[in-house]
Amino acid sequence: MTTVPTEDLQTVTLTVNGSERTVAVPPHRTLLDGLRDEVGLPGTKSCCAEGECGACTVLLDGKAVNSCLVLCVEAEGHEVTTVEGLSDGGLTDLQEEFLNAGAVQCGFCIPGQVVSAEYLLRTNPSPSEPEIREALSGNLCRCAGYQRIVRAVQATAARRNGQ
Amino acid sequence: MPKYVRPATRAEALAALAEGGAAARPLVGGTDLLVGLRHHTVEPDVLVDLKGVTDLPEPIVVTDDAVRIGATYTLGELVAHPVVQESYPALVEAALTVGSVAIRNRASLIANSCNASPAADTAPPLLVHGASVTIASADGDRTATLDEFFLGPRRTLCGPGELVVRLDLPRPAAGSGSAFRRLTRRRGVDLATVSVAALVDADGAIVLGMGAVGPRPLLTRTGPVDLADDAALDAALDELLAPATPISDVRGSREYRLAMLRVLAKRAVLAAADRRTPEEMAS
Repeated sequence: MTTVPTEDLQTVTLTVNGSERTVAVPPHRTLLDGLRDEVGLPGTKSCCAEGECGACTVLLDGKAVNSCLVLCVEAEGHEVTTVEGLSDGGLTDLQEEFLNAGAVQCGFCIPGQVVSAEYLLRTNPSPSEPEIREALSGNLCRCAGYQRIVRAVQATAARRNGQ
Repeated sequence: MPKYVRPATRAEALAALAEGGAAARPLVGGTDLLVGLRHHTVEPDVLVDLKGVTDLPEPIVVTDDAVRIGATYTLGELVAHPVVQESYPALVEAALTVGSVAIRNRASLIANSCNASPAADTAPPLLVHGASVTIASADGDRTATLDEFFLGPRRTLCGPGELVVRLDLPRPAAGSGSAFRRLTRRRGVDLATVSVAALVDADGAIVLGMGAVGPRPLLTRTGPVDLADDAALDAALDELLAPATPISDVRGSREYRLAMLRVLAKRAVLAAADRRTPEEMAS
């Protein structure tokens, strides 16, 4: 049984965007904190820190989760994909469609929106508009650019489906 | 902040919970617990992470008589399961209202009940479907119906050193149907102002589960009702809704909740009745 005392640093080894990373964090630090401050990947945004806004969404073992609601120590041995890891470099088709649709305004929510949308398209390659809105309902946009975000996801689905 | 423990076996988990007593909390999805820690509304000394425990009950086991769900089964897995979708539509409807996709990918069904929130979305459908829980401790296992399990706001039969390891859902009787309805201030990511689950059997007997209208989720039932007779249904609802004692708070007044409870209950009953499978088709 692994036990981490409150004040001690715990060494956590996880796979981030395909590379094994080892960080040392106290047990109360979140995966969000670990990714931004220890791994050095600031694409995952820190906003509400209580699962309300979705800005910190990452893929944990392939599933979209709020990284602010996961302790970094819980990620030991697991695989995390952040917005930086969705492509090998450059933009993904989804990110291109966000730009084409004018879906990016202030940009703060966009990494979370992109990760949630990518998860949707991987699990449901041809989502309806209500399904897109439902899938992104955990991602808040204070610029309220939702219509264009939905269009970007629809355009990506069409592109991936060869339409 | 609490220390973090990751047991590998059920015995280790129970020992850690027993050692921590009231100051220990099991951790599965953490979608409520981490928020509580952040706001200091819960201040445990020890978090016992159950996700690495190898000998807990299977996440889900489907038999002819029941569906058995383990402590680590998430709401995301639940809503995607074909047998759950077919047999427990009210539960799927309720689970789909919990948080967002990312929350449901992490949140566990059993923990949603263990929180014992009067407004827990999955509680009304679990109650009408006759759910029971298995509570484990160092002294052995015991079972209780979910109706017995809920004691009050944030209070359950599960005491210090104990852990709910399994939830059993009997398969619904042939010819029955279920539905869930809820009212919120905004459609996404909000707690229920009022919620209702209804189960209607082939004879028109009604079981009702209610959320956010009392100190704990409520369960009531009545004998066969002629659902085509509006006055008879209204009279049955008088009886079914009588135990509701909502409070006035930021989400709605007592009077508003009672009025909406009746509207939602009627809708849930009629929707459940419409979903009933003719018995000759079910057999």
